[in-house]
Amino acid sequence: MHGLATQIVNFLAAILLLISFAMLSQRRILALIHLYTLQGVTLVLANLVLGFVTDDTHLYVSAALTLVLKVGLIPWILYRLARHLRITGDVESLLNIPATLLTGIVLVVVAFNVALPVTQFAASVARGTLGIALACVLLSFMMMITRAKAISQVIGFLSMENALFFAAAAATNGMPMIVELGVGLDVLVGMLILGVFMFQIRQQFDSLDIHHLAEHQDE
Amino acid sequence: MNSAWILAAVLGLPLVASACLAFAGARRVAPDLNAAFSLLTLAAALLLVQRTLAHGAGFVFGHAFFVDPFNVFLVALTAFVGWTTALFSKPYMRVERDRGRMSANRMRLYHAMYHLFVFAMLLALLTNNMGVLWVAMEAATLATVLLVSVYRTAASYDAAWKYFILCGVGIAQALFGTILLYLAASRVLSDGDALLLTSLTAAKASLDPTIVSLAFVFLLIGYGTKVGLVPMHSWLPDAHAEGPTPISAVLSGLLLNVALYAVLRCKVLADGALQNGLPGRLLVGFGLVSVLVATFSLFRQTDAKRLFSFSSIEHMGMMTFAFGLGGPVATFAGLLHMTVHALIKSAIFFTVGHAAQKAGTQAIDGIRGLVRVSPVVGWGMLLGTLAILGMPPFGVFASEFLILTSTMHTLPWAAPLLMVALAVAFAVIFRHVQHMVFGEATARRLEYRPALLPVFVHLAIGLVLGLYIPAWLDAWYRAAGAVLAG
Repeated sequence: MHGLATQIVNFLAAILLLISFAMLSQRRILALIHLYTLQGVTLVLANLVLGFVTDDTHLYVSAALTLVLKVGLIPWILYRLARHLRITGDVESLLNIPATLLTGIVLVVVAFNVALPVTQFAASVARGTLGIALACVLLSFMMMITRAKAISQVIGFLSMENALFFAAAAATNGMPMIVELGVGLDVLVGMLILGVFMFQIRQQFDSLDIHHLAEHQDE
Repeated sequence: MNSAWILAAVLGLPLVASACLAFAGARRVAPDLNAAFSLLTLAAALLLVQRTLAHGAGFVFGHAFFVDPFNVFLVALTAFVGWTTALFSKPYMRVERDRGRMSANRMRLYHAMYHLFVFAMLLALLTNNMGVLWVAMEAATLATVLLVSVYRTAASYDAAWKYFILCGVGIAQALFGTILLYLAASRVLSDGDALLLTSLTAAKASLDPTIVSLAFVFLLIGYGTKVGLVPMHSWLPDAHAEGPTPISAVLSGLLLNVALYAVLRCKVLADGALQNGLPGRLLVGFGLVSVLVATFSLFRQTDAKRLFSFSSIEHMGMMTFAFGLGGPVATFAGLLHMTVHALIKSAIFFTVGHAAQKAGTQAIDGIRGLVRVSPVVGWGMLLGTLAILGMPPFGVFASEFLILTSTMHTLPWAAPLLMVALAVAFAVIFRHVQHMVFGEATARRLEYRPALLPVFVHLAIGLVLGLYIPAWLDAWYRAAGAVLAG
């Protein structure tokens, strides 16, 4: 039973890693939002499998929280935001996709090496996946650095946070409930603030859209 | 009254204040209300301090919160500077409102978020849970991010965005570190206890060194971003320069200290688990680099608030360096430096805020001849600057002197580097401030009397601490140092 569960969780981890790479090379904003939602779904499934194996109700609660927040609410806000800002169809020009992906692969190798000494201590059935989780964190980080648009940076930020939740589930069967709730609340509030932020920017610099901010960031 | 009620008041008052001011924040009395609530919070905090110092460390509300000499020291400092900043913000924000820079909505936002920010910092200091500490640190950023962009200029959006994203990324690293810490702890502690600071401290020697060393690196990078350690510092000058000046004062005087508090708590745990001095060496390295880079960045500054925010990076680096050195003298000096830096830097921001309003600009070149128009603000700025640059007899001199002497003993090669940094900082900042204070006047009069009481109270305390440290404070610092020695 545990063998099967471990394989399923490993499979889900692999999907997460693939999604991170897909995000790194995805140029359309709308597709990025879809990828983010998919990432949330994977996270929910991983939590459910882990909850089933360990018989820990807290992981089910965590799965429910993830479902509401990261598959429902946040993608919905992102989608509305993109529609209101009229950037759903936008295509972002990316620098040299092959080079970005190659750097991503290097990051994955680094992450695996960093996590290697730690994974042997993890008690969970999913211990092999800590390296993948760290790799996803680094890939999201890289996405935030390479993107110029505000909304893609936000999605990078959110996917980094997803990867961290996966790390918590994989390494320790999830953090204590109060911490997970707090983190979830912080992320949601942060998301809302960013939404307000982008609207304000648009009001202020109407003709410039949010590119204005992007241009400023290059300084 | 028992500790539970007092602690509930310390944390509850800012929340209530935030809720009230979210509605009444635009009224004429709002700034006074703001100051009154801050005073109540200070009173509650002082009661908590008095009890802790009398009865020693202890838990409050089960194991959810705990107090010891180290965290109540910062609670007292936070509540005190929170109150004096509220006093300063009375005339400052009235001027901003009359000049049309703050609308009614923005005043409500400002007042409500000010208290939420104070609440988040107090929660971070008092909680016994490493996870809640993380949540509170992030909440402190969220509370201030909209304030940094409150003037809605392109530069302020840029600053707020940087602040949010960089601190968000940093704090995400800290979350990963916390997860690793939990992983290490769950092998020796039960699930409910594994993130409690007190349980972790008790069991620190049996935590696995491999995991803890990795966890500490992530925690240091994460919380270090908020401390403003180089190279994660680039959000700090922008966030300080673009927001309203009271926010610059509390960011510099308080938030950086609270972030350093988080780093130090992690260091105590890591020291216990590793037993090899690595955490201390990392702090020394980051601290030294921050001091040097910040000092040499001073040359390029043309904005008065940015100038002093780079000086904050320098001083935070100095404290990090001191705590990294370890040992009773350096730790004592670090704690003293935390106190005097918080007081004097916020006093400087108060005077810079008034000066910028008088001159109508924050540019150093635009502020001239302060002593002619308003001698008190001018002298306040000059004295504050001399104090922060480490001139005797102010407290910064005492703490920097102690840091330098212990550097000579334990790390002789670093001492000349620090001396050079201090000399350069002195030359650059003093030259700028001299021009702002003396020379032909460009300033105009303000409609409201500037709040000078906070400035001179802060400077007076900084002066007293440089001349004489009372026995009870000495004992308090030593007790806090003992907590840090583990």
